[in-house]
Amino acid sequence: MLYAILCYDSEDIVGAWTKEQDDAAIAKLGVVTQKLAAQGRLGPVARLMPTTAATTLRKGREVIVTDGPFAETKEQLLGFFIVECSTLEQALETARDLGRASSSMGSYEIRPLTLFQPGSTAT
Amino acid sequence: VTDIAWIDVALTSARPQAIGALLRYFRDLDAAEEAFQEACLRALQNWPQNGPPRDPAAWLIFVGRNAAIDETRRRRGHEELPADDQLSSPAATNAHDAEALLAEHLDGARYRDDILRLLFICCHPELPATQQIALALRVVSGLTVKQIARAFLVSETAMEQRITRAKNCIARADVPFDTPGAPERAGRLTAVAAMIYLVFNEGYSASGGDASMRAPLCEEAIRLGRLLLRLFQDEPEIMGLCALLLLQHARAPARFDANGSIVLLDDQDRGLWDRKMINEGLALIDKAMRHNRRGPYLLQAAIAALHARAGRPEDTDWAGIDQLYATLERLHPSPVVTLNRAVAVAKVHGPAAALAMIEPLAPHLSGYFHFYGVRGALLMQLGRAAEARVAFDQAIARANTAAEAAHIRLHLDRLIKDSSPSEDVPASTKPSRRVVPT
Repeated sequence: MLYAILCYDSEDIVGAWTKEQDDAAIAKLGVVTQKLAAQGRLGPVARLMPTTAATTLRKGREVIVTDGPFAETKEQLLGFFIVECSTLEQALETARDLGRASSSMGSYEIRPLTLFQPGSTAT
Repeated sequence: VTDIAWIDVALTSARPQAIGALLRYFRDLDAAEEAFQEACLRALQNWPQNGPPRDPAAWLIFVGRNAAIDETRRRRGHEELPADDQLSSPAATNAHDAEALLAEHLDGARYRDDILRLLFICCHPELPATQQIALALRVVSGLTVKQIARAFLVSETAMEQRITRAKNCIARADVPFDTPGAPERAGRLTAVAAMIYLVFNEGYSASGGDASMRAPLCEEAIRLGRLLLRLFQDEPEIMGLCALLLLQHARAPARFDANGSIVLLDDQDRGLWDRKMINEGLALIDKAMRHNRRGPYLLQAAIAALHARAGRPEDTDWAGIDQLYATLERLHPSPVVTLNRAVAVAKVHGPAAALAMIEPLAPHLSGYFHFYGVRGALLMQLGRAAEARVAFDQAIARANTAAEAAHIRLHLDRLIKDSSPSEDVPASTKPSRRVVPT
């Protein structure tokens, strides 16, 4: 079974780390992820840009695009896609395509990645 | 990260919201700061034992407010009872229990205005720029007087006096405590954005050995910019401001050599540029461009982005930069913008066109050394060496500090060396202060 481990923390606090603190935090995690990788258990690892870089697209007959992260608390995180896009416009267009194909309502939060390691799992 | 270090970061990041709310309660900056200070002391005692609260800012506001009210009552010797709503509830004895209750009362929009008000009082028009910056760093960012004094290269006593003077001015002024309407909010946002940019420039315009001491000012400005953007998520100018700061600061590791001398943009090792910051800046510009409002920060950020996107100096899209400056010139006409544009024009259309463009600026920029620096460079390229030398001398004569003179001399030496103008004169940073509407 594949599991996603989602990271939540205050971006105020993590964003205020110095480069040294940030590098040290990443290095410590690297020890764990390298072990997982050696065991063939590490899938993609990603770090997101701050929520200030986010744009949210509300699905529906009339798509609504707003600046900022997804903020509703009545809906839950159900999944995600990682897509290569040259611009935010292309990312929004991709999200619109997905929205048209989607059977549900809800939203897509579009947030650029600041780090991506594709990884590979044995399964 | 140790517990204490974590607490320190949490206190700093909660500071603008907590002091902003306390200022709303007490309507007095000193009282708000004292209450916050007291709350921080209690946090240092309480948090290591009980663990960090879920909402540190709410905890600090609650505890700070109650501590101040208790203190007032103690001073008054219970002569008069405070109003009911000021009485601390029994739950206040355990702030952790009360926290959940309080959190329900927290109103996002109200905090937004609290933080904006706190930033806004630092931009009082009577305060000179240096006092605005010092006050913001002290009150909003929570830097110590010692840290600020170090960044400004003045004594602690002098900085203490500067901050006290600024606070006295604020205390006399009419601080607007009513919830602002849309036009007031927009006005405050513009003033605050300009102040954040001043903080950044104070750090960015440092040179040589000062640069490493002043880098924290740039980082602080970026932190304040992001804070503002989280509060006003759909403001393209605030996206532009954040992008501009990130794109400029991304070059910091390449701007000085091992001796502390300035490295001009064309000569910088672009591998040293911070890609993470650049990518964030580019993402913000992408977002902002969806809005059909191009303000001065966004335009300047877009110019910085064209430099950031160029892998090598010769890949720079000078025609694009020329167009962006032309738009900036149209929206906010200023001789300094025209001067900057002339550098791009020289690259695209040659030095003669650029020289023709800047000649009419002479009466406006006669005291401005960058004008003569650029003029000299253009004359040099046109082979008018004697006139160029005069212009260079005029430039050096107008340098304000030794560091500026050295900077210009370096720049001029370089221009003499290969007879091509370079972009990274402070003309691209300092004058933009004047571009920004204040």
